[in-house]
This record gives sequence, C-alpha cells and structure tokens, in this order.
Amino acid sequence: MMADKLWFLVPELILFAGVVVVSIMGLSPRKGVRDSLPLITCIFLGMAFAVIPALYGGERAEAHMEGAALLFPYLGKFAKMVVCLIGIGLVMISTGMIDRKYERAVQTGRATFDPIRATRGEYFSFFLLSLIGVMLCCSANDLIWLFLSLELTSLPTYIMVAMSRSSRKAQEAAVKYFFLGAMSAAMFLFGFALLYGAAGTIVLSEMRSAFAEQIATGGINAIGIFGMILAVLGVSFKVVAAPMHFYAPDVYEGAAVPVAAFLAFVPKTAGFIALMLLLGTMGWADHGGPGTTGLPGPVFSTLWLVAVITMTLGNIGALLQRSVKRMLAYSSIAHSGYMLIGIIAGPGLGLNAVLFYLLVYGIMNTGAFTVLAALERGGQEIETVEDLAGLRVRHPGMAAVLSICAGSLLGLPPLLGFWGKLYLFMAGVKAGQIQLVVIAGLNSAISAWYYLWLVTLPIMAKPSPQAETIVRSPSMWTRAMGAIAAILIILLPLFSNRLVEATQEATRGYLATTDTGRKFADVEEPPPGESSETARAETEQPH
Amino acid sequence: MLPFLLLIPLIGTVAIIFAPAKHAKAIALVTSLLAFILSVVLGFLFDKWGTSEFGLTAEIPWFETFGVTLNMGVDSVSMLLVLLTTLLMPLCVWGSATAITERLKEFYGWLLVIETAMVGVFVATDLIFFYVCFELTLIPMFFLIALFGGENRAKACIKFFIYTFTGSMIALAGFIYVAWFHADQTGMWTFDISTLAGASQQLVYIPFSLHWNLLGWNILEFDITAQHLVLLALLAGFAVKVPLFPLHTWLPLAHTEAPTAGSVILASVLLKLGTYGLYRFVLPMAPDAVVEWAPFIAVLAIIGILYTALICWVQDDIKKLIAYSSVSHLGFCVLGLFALNPLGLQGSVLYMLNHGLSTGALFFLVGMIYERYHTRDMNSMSGLSKIMPIWSFFMVFFVLSSVGLPGLNGFISEFLCLIGTFTASLDNAAYPGMLGPWYAAIASVGMIFAAMYLLIMVGKVVFGPLKEPSVSHNAQSLPRDLSFREISILLPLAVLCVYIGFRPQPFTEAMEGSIEQVLSPYPARVERLARRREALLSPSVRELSTVPPEDTPVDSFREETNDG
Repeated sequence: MMADKLWFLVPELILFAGVVVVSIMGLSPRKGVRDSLPLITCIFLGMAFAVIPALYGGERAEAHMEGAALLFPYLGKFAKMVVCLIGIGLVMISTGMIDRKYERAVQTGRATFDPIRATRGEYFSFFLLSLIGVMLCCSANDLIWLFLSLELTSLPTYIMVAMSRSSRKAQEAAVKYFFLGAMSAAMFLFGFALLYGAAGTIVLSEMRSAFAEQIATGGINAIGIFGMILAVLGVSFKVVAAPMHFYAPDVYEGAAVPVAAFLAFVPKTAGFIALMLLLGTMGWADHGGPGTTGLPGPVFSTLWLVAVITMTLGNIGALLQRSVKRMLAYSSIAHSGYMLIGIIAGPGLGLNAVLFYLLVYGIMNTGAFTVLAALERGGQEIETVEDLAGLRVRHPGMAAVLSICAGSLLGLPPLLGFWGKLYLFMAGVKAGQIQLVVIAGLNSAISAWYYLWLVTLPIMAKPSPQAETIVRSPSMWTRAMGAIAAILIILLPLFSNRLVEATQEATRGYLATTDTGRKFADVEEPPPGESSETARAETEQPH
Repeated sequence: MLPFLLLIPLIGTVAIIFAPAKHAKAIALVTSLLAFILSVVLGFLFDKWGTSEFGLTAEIPWFETFGVTLNMGVDSVSMLLVLLTTLLMPLCVWGSATAITERLKEFYGWLLVIETAMVGVFVATDLIFFYVCFELTLIPMFFLIALFGGENRAKACIKFFIYTFTGSMIALAGFIYVAWFHADQTGMWTFDISTLAGASQQLVYIPFSLHWNLLGWNILEFDITAQHLVLLALLAGFAVKVPLFPLHTWLPLAHTEAPTAGSVILASVLLKLGTYGLYRFVLPMAPDAVVEWAPFIAVLAIIGILYTALICWVQDDIKKLIAYSSVSHLGFCVLGLFALNPLGLQGSVLYMLNHGLSTGALFFLVGMIYERYHTRDMNSMSGLSKIMPIWSFFMVFFVLSSVGLPGLNGFISEFLCLIGTFTASLDNAAYPGMLGPWYAAIASVGMIFAAMYLLIMVGKVVFGPLKEPSVSHNAQSLPRDLSFREISILLPLAVLCVYIGFRPQPFTEAMEGSIEQVLSPYPARVERLARRREALLSPSVRELSTVPPEDTPVDSFREETNDG
C-alpha cells in the first residue's frame, strides 16, 4: 500500500530534493552559484518531467495503480507533466527578479554578501514546494491528503508574494491573500468535515461507493450536499471563481509580474484538480434529474451560478481596468468561469477539456505576463495600458508576443486558445448545457474589447512620453519564454490530437467506474426496430 | 491540388517575413499571380461543372478524436468564388503599389494571409476547418485597417472585429450543437459538412418550447424546434457578415477607414463569405426552419435594400456611398437566396460574383481619386471628365454595371433575383416559395433608388463644370489621369463585366447542379407547410388530421448512417 503510493510520488520526491539543494545553494557566497539557481530549478523540474511517463506506463504501474486506489488513476501523468512544463516557463520569467538590487549592490561593492539577506534560494525552494503541492493533489486519495496538498500549494505563495517586491503593495497583497486564503481553507475544511460525516469515510474511492449507495436508496443526505457546496465554494478561492475572486486583482497587482503569473496558473490548477476529485466522489452519475449533467441538483445549481457569475464578472471587471495586471487578473477570473463548464459537464469530455484548457491557459497566460516581465522603466514594472502604447515602435518582438497571447486568450482561431475553448464548448453542448455555452460565447465577445486593446495599443497608438523610457529587462530568459509561448500558441494546434488523446488517458480510470460514459455506447446497442419505437415516443411530432 | 492553392500564399507570407522590405511587393505580386494561375488551371481540371458533386477533393486528417479534418473540395459554386478571390488578389497587390509606402512587409504579408483564409473558406468541406478560416479572415483585415486605415481606424477595426466575432461565436455554438447531435445519433464525431447537413435536417423532430409566465400570465410562449435555434445561431454568424439589416452598422465605418485594397477585399470577398455561408450552411442545414421564417428574413433584406439606399442618397463621401450601396445590393442577394427557387439562387450566386467585380472596381476608382486629391467629398469636386477622361469612363462604366444596366453584369443577376422572388409564391408548381410578387415589387423600388443615388453621384463628380480639389503633395508622382498600371487593374474587371452581361449562361449552367442539390429538400416542405396552414385556417378541425404524417423521423436517418 505504502509502496504503491510512494511509486507515484517519485516526481515529488525529486522536486523535494530540488528544494533542499536550491535553498542551500542560495546561501553560497559565490555569485556564480547563486545565479545558477534558476537553471538548477529547471533541471530538477526537467528530471521530474522525464520520470513521469515511465511511472505511469508498463505493467508495474498497473499493479501499483490498484494498490493506490486513486479516483482518477491516470490524472497525475498529464497534470504533473503540465505542471512541470509550465513551471519551467515560470522559472524562466522569474530569473533575475529576486534580490536584483541587493545583488547589484554586492557586485558593485556597496554591500557585502550576507546569507541572511539573500532570498533567492528561498524563493525558488518555495516555488518548487508550491508545485509539489499541486502534484500531490493529483495523487490525493483521501480528504486529509487533499487538504494538506492544497495548503502546500498555497502557503508558499503567500510568502512568494511578499518577497517578490520590496514595496509596501506587495506586503499588503500578501497579508490580504493570506487572510482570505485562510478563510477559504477554513471553509473547505468545514465542508470536508461534513462530507466525512455524510459518507463515514475520508478515502475518496470509498466515499464514492458510500454516496453511490445513498443515491440508490433515496439520494445523498443533506449534510453531504451541504458539505460539498461548502467545499466547492472554498476551493473556488484557489481557482479564482466567484464568490471568492475578490482578492485576485489586488494580489496580482501587488505581487511582482512573475509571481502574478505563478498565481494565475499554479493554485488554479490545484483548485481544478481538487474540484475534479471532490465532485468525483458524488460522481456525474444520473441522479440529478434532467438537465443537471448528473450532479446532485443543489451542487449543479451552485456550480452553474458560479460559472456564469465568474465569467461575466471577470469580463466586465476587466473592461474597466487601466492596469494591465489587474486586467489580466480579471481575465484569469473569466477563464476560470469557462473552465467550470467542463467541470459541470463531467467525465466523457468535460474533464478532459478542463485538463486541456489548463495546459492551454498556462501557456497563453504565462506568455502574456512574460511581456510585462520583459519590460521595465527605471527598474520598476510597467503598470498601465498607456505604458503599452506604441510598444511596437521600440519593442516589436514583445508587441507581437502580446498580440499573439491576447488573440489566443480571446479564443481566436487558429491559435491555441480557440481549440481549448472549442473543446470546452463541445463538452458543454454534449452535456446539454447549451445555455452555458452561449453565455460563454457572448462572454468571449465581451472579452474581445479588452484583449483587442492589448493588440491595438501597442501597434496603433503613438508612444506616450512615459512609454518612451521603457527598456527591456536584463534577463534574456524572460524574452526567450515570450518567444517560446508565441511559437507554442501557433504550432501546438497542429499536434492537438495527441494532446487530446493524452487528456482522455488522464481521466481513463474514472470513466470505467461510472455510468456517464454510457450514452454513446448504448445508442448502438438496441436493435433498430426497438430504438425507433423509443425515439418516436421521446420526440414529439412538430405540428 | 487544392492544398497547394492554400500553401502558395502562405509560402509567400513566410518569404515576405524573411526577405527585405523592398522585395515585399514583388513577392506578393508573384505569389498572388501564381495562385491565380493555379486556380485557373484548377478551373480547367475541375470536371464537375454543372453537377452537384465536389471535385478536386483532398483528405488530410487533423484532429482524429473529434473527426476534425482539413478536407478540401470544391463544387461549381465554390470554384467560381475561388476564381473571383484569386483574380482580385493580384489586382489588390498591384493597385496598392503607390498607395502604400511604409510598413510594406506587414501590408503585403497580411494580404497574403487573408488570401489563404478566403480560399480556405471556399474550399473547406469540414465545418471546423471552414470556421477556422472564416475567423482567420478577421485577423488580417483587423490589422489592415488598424495599421493602414484612415483617421477613425481604431474605432472602425474594433467595431468590425467585435460585430463579426460575436456573431460567429454564436454560430460556433450552433455548429457544435449540430455536430453533437450527429455524434449522439451515430456515436461518431464528424464535422463533414454534407453529413452534418443531413443530421441537422433531423433536428426538426426535437421540439423546443419556451414558456415564461409571470403571476399566471403567459408573457412569452412559443413552440419551435431545435432546427429553428440552429437557424438563428447560424444567421447570427452570417447575417453580420453579409450584412443584413439591422446588423449592418459596422460596414460603412470599416469600408470607409480601410485602405483601398482592404475595402476591395471586404466588399468583393468578405461580404460573400456571409452569403456563401447562407448558401452552403443555412439553406441545407435548416430547411424546415427556413421555409417557416423565409418571409421574415426577406422582409429584413428588403428593409435593408430600401433603408440603406435612402442613406446612400444623402452621402457626401463617395466611399461611404459605395459602402452603403453594398449593403443595399447584398439585400437582393439574400432575397434571391430565400426565394428558394433555381432562378433566385442563380441570381443570388451570380450576384456574389458580379458585386465582387463591380463594387471592387468602384472601390479601386475611389482609391485612385483619393490618392490624387486626398479627399472623397463629392462637393469638393465636379466635372472630372474634363481632366480625367479615362477615369471618368471607367467610373461611368462600373456605376452602370452596379446600377444594373441591361448588357452589363449587374442587370442579369439583379433581374434573376427579383424574378425568383416574384415567382416564389405557392402557385409556382415546380418550386413553390414563401415570397411572392409583393416582395419583388417593393424590393424593385431599391433598383430605382440605386439608379438615383449612383447617377446623382456620377453627375456631380464626373460631369458639370470643372472643380478640382487642391492637389495634394503625394500626387506629384502620379499622372493626372490614370496611369497604365491603374488601367491594367480596371480593364480585366471591365472585360469580365461585359462578358457576364452578354453571356451569363455558362455561369448559370455551371451552378445548376449545385443549386438543385441545395434546393432538393424545399418543394416538399413548402407544400407541407402550406397544407398545414390551410388546415389551420379552415373552420373544420377534422381536416387537421388529414394532413399526412411526416416522413423520415430521426431513427430512420440513424439506420441509414449506420448502414453506410
């Protein structure tokens, strides 16, 4: 049992070794060693990435899989690989951010190196710890594990926000983030407790059979439903969904750009995986009545409302912003709303679409933040959209990356974002949620307003005097990441079939245990004569 | 062969990106000419003229899990539109030679991208491939307006983008719904257009009713079918593009602000994407809903014809006048489509070609004036025939073609559209329709209006006492009248206008098969609807039960596809 669990934790263990190595090396008095920290972090992430396919393939994996008793046995393969890849991208845009002034002072002899003041090692070890948290989420098989891994994802980020900039804003943001995060943790912990009360177990797969039994004998009891709603609302803090989204614009604005990019992807991924696991215990089995995609009625209504409010508030909020970071924060909220469609639709297509979209969103959102990270004025970040005016004249490459990322976030074919959205919409339509899909489509149209700003301002507006002083930030890796993101956004659609297959594989084990995948299967089962009878009975003749 | 037609402009784009800016124009000209030559060759190789079949097909798998492919093929209608597109592109490149002096790489690069996208729209036989190309036309046009447009370009390009994008998002929902319906029935995802058209016709058996009562009062109550919803969704996408009243307000702004080549592409090809979408998707996919709602759509088209014609009358800006006249003219095109008989459809498809030729040429002509005088105000110029006789000749020529002078191309298509509408009544034995003489009579007033506003414009600008706007500095390099280059742009268009005017038969015969295929579900449905209405109107309820039951319910369709 233990060995089975550990088998799937090898990538986490590798990253944990990375945490130790990085935090020690960060104290080294030699500048070369300290400067190599991002590279070391990337190497550990790369090693973890390389190990994952081996762990999930072959007969040994199958044997371990049974012992581990996971709800989504193969989820980890896709999700962990995505986390490692986007993690490497996030490291690339973080290079040269932490301790920049201090390092320069040491270099010029104005200060002597003091290990107590150096925070670069700590930053990257917290970075890795948070990623470990997400990866642990994928392998969670009970509520406590899930809770701990969610907190392991979030706790380092509070500190990362505070240490990312030496401004008051960052500290304010960190405190705000911490308290709201603690509140949400309390909320979903309470929900977990109620779920335990309702199911009598904390092991997810056992909860699933307990709830299945309750469904068979007259429905899940009210405590369970209430606990699930509380848990969903609590986790909606991690995925930045309404009603727990209020912190996002302030925190993203306060944190340094790379950390904001981190916050927009990593906790969100953990949150969506947690949602999949939690809702997976009640299943998308047909017990919610017509039109509820099989979720229990109240849970379905909650998620439906959360999705609609999240995407609408996010898009309307983004329209009103002058600060690019706040705009991207609201856009992050809106995208969570889109992804919730997949969660509502459930296995079959919905969860695959969510996983696919997480990858897509990770690439395009990191790309958009990269542009902000790659530009600066007098050592300060650029803030408002006016700063982007006329960017094309002085920084054509960055303007192009920003246009491509904004187009992809908008969901413009043939860019990557379109395929993510198409997949989600297909899942929504298949689950019978056409209203949701139409609302999401109209929301995409609203979002065109502000994403087009990000395209038109750099290429059309005359550079404002303040924009003239913008220079490239020194890190070459940041710019490289921008280019990589842009290339991926354009070229990945060619390989999206492979990616879609990967997402199908990720939810494979769960699908086998549910009856929701049956719809396509049994259409072909009954003999034609019989099926035509039922079809005629079901459909009403037009008059 | 078709993939090459898509690849040639793309290769040109890549070449432009890496070549020095001074060669951009030459590369664009060569690639667009190559694409034109290839499409002419393909026109000869294409052996399905006059039939309903698709030729030159190519199957390229892409996204197997969902059956998304890059499958291509053309039938006679789309082949004609491909020819129109590839003919106009070299002219656009050639016509921008003096107007565009900076950011050459971007301009010509985006021109070639838009060529790929437009050809892609016409050759796609896969719904998602079509949609991707349909949306891809937005991006280059957005940048052409944003980078090279007039003063008000920011507003114009954003308005253009958001209108079209909103509509097509809703259309996408409709497309996915149809594809899902097919997948649900057969257990297999596909986006093949003709397969989905068959599936969508079955949607009429899925009722959809909306009842909304407040305090016991029925506020809203209507019963429709899922096919009606699909029709609404697709109309949202295509009516914006056509544009159909009242969704036309983006067009005048975008046309006026776009550079000349952009206006030509917009008017000649991009608007046709809307009518092509109506022809290729709306008519085959939602026949029952179309039959029921054809009168409403026709009324919108007629309002558009008359209303925008009146707007044209009061324009001072020549470019804006021509832009609004496009809306008015495309109203005829839509009217012809919803007449649901061969005459109307022939007229409509021919109208797509003719409007592309003559309005494209008119935008070129306005661009030439603008390049010389930097104004398009009708009041600041008059009597230009005295100093620019060649320009004036072409102006009068294309205005007459646009007005519909018999002998030129505009006449035959407008006449066919109106005849189609006129005969589209229930009395027509072969192809009964839901429109009729009244629709044609009212719409034909639009022809009179068109003659008025266009001839008044010609009268002001070309004839009368000479009044020349102050020549701008840019004009020094240009001759006073048209240069050889400019004549070489207009001449091919003029020749085609005359040819189609005198011999439209090859074109109408070529499209017959495809049109019959599109119309095949209609006569039975129109008659059924008419009988049902008769029965409803007659006093005896007993007759209701005499209406014969509907054939082909959902499951028989499923059996067919399972067997195949």
